[in-house]
Amino acid sequence: MADDSLILGHRLSEWCGHGPILEEDIALTNISLDLIGQATNLFQYAGKIEGKGRDEDQLAFLRYEKEYKNSLLVEQPNGDFGMTIMRQFLFDAYRLPLFEALTKSSDAQIAAIAEKSLKETKYHYRHSAEWVIRLGDGTEESHQRIQKSLDLLWRYSSDLFTSDDIQTEAEQNGISPSIEEIKGLWSKNVYSVLEQATLVIPDNKWEQNGGRAGKHSEHLGYLLAELQYMQRAYPNMEW
Amino acid sequence: MKKSDWPLWEVFIRSKQGLNHKHVGSLRAADAEMAIENARDVYTRRSEGISIWVLESKNIHASDPQEADSLYDPAHSKVYRHPTFYDVPDGISHM
Amino acid sequence: MEKAQDILELERRFQEKIDNDIRIEPNDWMPDAYRKTLIRQISQHAHSEIVGMLPEGNWITRAPNLRRKAVLLAKVQDEAGHGLYLYSACETLGADREETIDDLHSGKAKYSSIFNYPTLSWADMGAIGWLVDGAAIMNQVPLCRCSYGPYARAMVRVCKEESFHQRQGFEIISKLAQGSPEQKEMAQDALNRFWWPSLMMFGPSDDDSPNSAQSMKWKIKRNSNDELRQLFVDVTVPQAEMIGLKIPDNDLKWNEATQHYEFGEIDWTEFWEVVKGNGPCNYERVETRRKAKENGEWVRAAAVAYAEKKKNKELAVEA
Repeated sequence: MADDSLILGHRLSEWCGHGPILEEDIALTNISLDLIGQATNLFQYAGKIEGKGRDEDQLAFLRYEKEYKNSLLVEQPNGDFGMTIMRQFLFDAYRLPLFEALTKSSDAQIAAIAEKSLKETKYHYRHSAEWVIRLGDGTEESHQRIQKSLDLLWRYSSDLFTSDDIQTEAEQNGISPSIEEIKGLWSKNVYSVLEQATLVIPDNKWEQNGGRAGKHSEHLGYLLAELQYMQRAYPNMEW
Repeated sequence: MKKSDWPLWEVFIRSKQGLNHKHVGSLRAADAEMAIENARDVYTRRSEGISIWVLESKNIHASDPQEADSLYDPAHSKVYRHPTFYDVPDGISHM
Repeated sequence: MEKAQDILELERRFQEKIDNDIRIEPNDWMPDAYRKTLIRQISQHAHSEIVGMLPEGNWITRAPNLRRKAVLLAKVQDEAGHGLYLYSACETLGADREETIDDLHSGKAKYSSIFNYPTLSWADMGAIGWLVDGAAIMNQVPLCRCSYGPYARAMVRVCKEESFHQRQGFEIISKLAQGSPEQKEMAQDALNRFWWPSLMMFGPSDDDSPNSAQSMKWKIKRNSNDELRQLFVDVTVPQAEMIGLKIPDNDLKWNEATQHYEFGEIDWTEFWEVVKGNGPCNYERVETRRKAKENGEWVRAAAVAYAEKKKNKELAVEA
């Protein structure tokens, strides 16, 4: 979860100064800030549980590529504004029910982080869903563009829900909700918004998975090269 | 104004319960929902529990400043002298 | 119709208000030259905030840790907000924001020339916060009392939010100055590159600043360029000493009699060249902003089209 937030927050931060209009530049940055904040909280907690003295920065900046477990969706490049919005929407529609469920997690710290993040995510979801509808049902050009983004990103959406032994264990002891249930909620929201946006789910049912297992697309390496640059070039320093 | 230009909205914010909504500035948005969201992002930086009003600037009518009326008829009663566009003159000031 | 003597009377009353520190508001009568001067100054100021996002934005994806990343992002976002407040103040004078922005993109409008210098290392984030924001604050604080109401109010908001910018910059640079030899060198290098351009931020010396007198009479400007520059040097030199960095000026010395620092001659040729467009990054900065607007064209058009469709649907339901 922390990796998802970090990588998507990083991607959105690339927009800062380049948004389609000032107001939207500010909105994207707000979402980016929320995600980086979530990543910080989650990494802090992960480091504490791990108990090897790694802090949030060591976890965020000093792992190898295959140790990042973010979904393939969030590492995809920004593309045009439509691509960014579609990526965000598919992600927010997953994060919203997930955080909602995690507020009832058996782990008090996770429940607390979820509580705070849920408020933010509600806003992110509304923002991205409204934009998907606007672009889908806007002009001919915007419809074509965002439909193309959906066609390209759709195959990465299932990666959000890939399960593994850790996920299963977390579900069994009530830390995490059932990921299948979250997927059901995700589908419901996504189908309804895409319909309002007059967009069509792609015929191609191929699912491209691997992120949760550390098997990434080529894009992540470049992202990490930038993200990690200072920590790698100037090791063991305070900033 | 081009087809892609968004209209101007005036933003009013109640900073806490018990106070009036107060004018804080303006922004651009395509519709009212977007204007409210943008107002939240721009003028409150996400403080919760705040009430926001937005109003398209063109719908605000204003009284005319008192002292002007003795000298010449007021041209109109818009909140600003919209939309009389002035060219930014060439040249450099203090920057 | 406004007669010549009426205008003289209006001008007399206008100046009287200014002299009595009564704020001018959007619908009040104002001389055309006052309006034009304000539009020019406020829009240049707004453009500076927006173009100013780019040199720092250059390091957001490479910030060294999560905290620095978030703070830098928040800071650059603030600059977008400040640009927006200022464009908003400018619109009260009848200057359409998008047209104002188009003037920036066509090269007709200017912005602070400091943002035409490149950011080459992380230490530049410190130098910009410390020096560039420091200089900006000195220019801006007096503007909170500017005679034009919407500009003054926008500046109050800007100054309030900006106070953390300079502190975060100073924190970055002092941390580096106290760090490893590599970090210290990085900090000194940033100071070397940003010192002189920061002094240039206050504009040409008073002898070469023809519009200043009128702006002071209108209380659009409260202090002269040279006064503010001197104040900046006096405040900043001890800060540099405190963190062990050397100001790159061999002529710099304290004058006990005047209680001010004396400093070397500014390279005004460089200043005017950068203003004219020959700085290291002039082309990239404007081109980046122009592209952002161009790439956003279809997005803005879609939002307008959708808003119209929705409005028509609502009208159809009501009918």
